[in-house]
Amino acid sequence: MTSIWTITKKELRHYFNSPIAYVILFIYLAISGYFFAYNLFLNGVVSMRSYLQTIPLILLFFVPALSMRLLAEERKTGTLEHLVTLPVSDIEILLGKFLGALSFYVVMVGITFIYPVALSTLGKLDWGPVIGGYIGLVFLGACIIGIGLFASSLTSNQIVAFIVAFAIGFVLYLVGQSTQYIPAVAGLVDFLGFTSHFNNISTGIIDSRDVLYYLSLITLMLFLTLQSLLNRKK
Amino acid sequence: MIKVQHLTKHFGDFKALDSITFEVKAGEIMGFLGPNGAGKTTTMKILAGFMPPTSGKAIVNDHNVEEQNLEMRKQIGYLPESNPLYLDFTVEEALQYVAAMHGLNKFNTREAIARAVEQCSLESVFYKQIENLSKGFRQRVGLAQALLCDPKTLILDEPTVGLDPKQIIEIRELIQKLGKNRTVLLSTHIMQEVQAICDTVTIIHQGKVVASGTPDELKAKSEESMLGNIYIKLAAGTIKDTEAKLREIEGVKHVVKKDSEKKGVYGFTIDVENGVDVREAIFDAVVKNGWKLYEMTPQQISLEEVFLDVTK
Ligand SMILES: Nc1ncnc2c1ncn2[C@@H]1O[C@H](COP(=O)(O)OP(=O)(O)OP(=O)(O)O)[C@@H](O)[C@H]1O
Ligand SMILES: [Mg+2]
Repeated sequence: MTSIWTITKKELRHYFNSPIAYVILFIYLAISGYFFAYNLFLNGVVSMRSYLQTIPLILLFFVPALSMRLLAEERKTGTLEHLVTLPVSDIEILLGKFLGALSFYVVMVGITFIYPVALSTLGKLDWGPVIGGYIGLVFLGACIIGIGLFASSLTSNQIVAFIVAFAIGFVLYLVGQSTQYIPAVAGLVDFLGFTSHFNNISTGIIDSRDVLYYLSLITLMLFLTLQSLLNRKK
Repeated sequence: MIKVQHLTKHFGDFKALDSITFEVKAGEIMGFLGPNGAGKTTTMKILAGFMPPTSGKAIVNDHNVEEQNLEMRKQIGYLPESNPLYLDFTVEEALQYVAAMHGLNKFNTREAIARAVEQCSLESVFYKQIENLSKGFRQRVGLAQALLCDPKTLILDEPTVGLDPKQIIEIRELIQKLGKNRTVLLSTHIMQEVQAICDTVTIIHQGKVVASGTPDELKAKSEESMLGNIYIKLAAGTIKDTEAKLREIEGVKHVVKKDSEKKGVYGFTIDVENGVDVREAIFDAVVKNGWKLYEMTPQQISLEEVFLDVTK
């Protein structure tokens, strides 16, 4: 258990030691700020609704950029060889890395919580959907980090890891958007995609079905990553 | 203690290790030699638990490495071949991280770091970022990481590569000191290193063990199969004439002029056919031609020659 925490701290240290993380953080804040202001002035209502609907697509770009280095970089520089021969299990390594990226992500998304706080000074804000929306963002981000970790385990090239993670995430996003085109399996497609679950949670009602969806997707991704990490041994 | 039995490793169709067997007893330093691509790094990766063998057994400190026992891993210090390090860490951070991964508490961490820093002379760069260190210092950081938690067994893949001569000697002395009460497996391409610090040597070639024993045993074995060259120095006539006459001696393959002490006194190396002792015949030739013999030395077989002989 303490090893997981040690690895989480190590990953956070890498993030804060590297300019890339600051660049990602800065650009994310700039872009999300732009959409916040755009929605506020365009619609002129005290609501985070349209902002929270825009953000998932943006996260599809930003989260893979955070997760791409997790394993690919260690594979490239050879430090993976040192890491996996230390007295920690592979699953602890993955959990530590996952939590490290998640912590950074939560900080990144957490900073944007100043938008609803600022908004609430302008008028009466319905906090239910806002809180739900931010919880939804954390779940969604955790899923994309899981996908990104898996993508990062497949290669030593961070760009490839980024593209693979983005592609998987985008497919899950599109699947959720395509219910009206394939009505025959709309229910299934709706369940598989990101969108409906995020929309459900961001109404402010946290349904166990949605939480279960995210948790199983994360577990599946960690499982696949573990398999891919064990594959070195072939 | 390291015990390797019929260890075999395939990469696809390629057989990188072909049933190798050797043993390093507790408290012994073994030099692990072999040409590029022989399979040294592959063996060490298996021993460190990075990947399992295709077949065969590898036992370190009484545990089969395939158990992936975490307690067992605490007793192995591993320096991988390319000495991978987190360049964005300072030396302090890197050592603290390794200590934490070993589950050391605060007090033990401080003690372990102090000891490793002293052993590897890292005081002057302790707060520096690893990216800004010279190669030699990076190598020492890798070594400090490997021996930080006082492991019973050290697996060092080319620990002195890229160091300057002074550092090589220092690291060598350090390994020698550490090896007094530890088991060390050390791969290297430097023969003097083996001669200087290793109790035993294993040479592998194309994934097979081709020689194993103490350095002296190996030399003795090779001496049987190839009698060394002979160096003679004498005062004689012209170089050409002397060479020709020496070459007439039965059993002599080549004669090469090596040096000249002063005008008229020359040194030659004589390459001899296997198993033939030509010293008497040379003496007779000296007498017959009226030369003056200054020196005649059978050349010692070096570990290098043993290496070249067994990996032909
Ligand atoms: N992951 C791998 N996949 C395929 N082949 C590999 C792999 N790792 C090593 N090999 C091959 O196995 C052989 C042994 O390699 P190894 O790195 O063990 O050699 P070595 O003795 O350490 O050589 P060197 O002195 O150059 O370090 C080489 O032919 C190498 O190409
Ligand atoms: Mg090697």
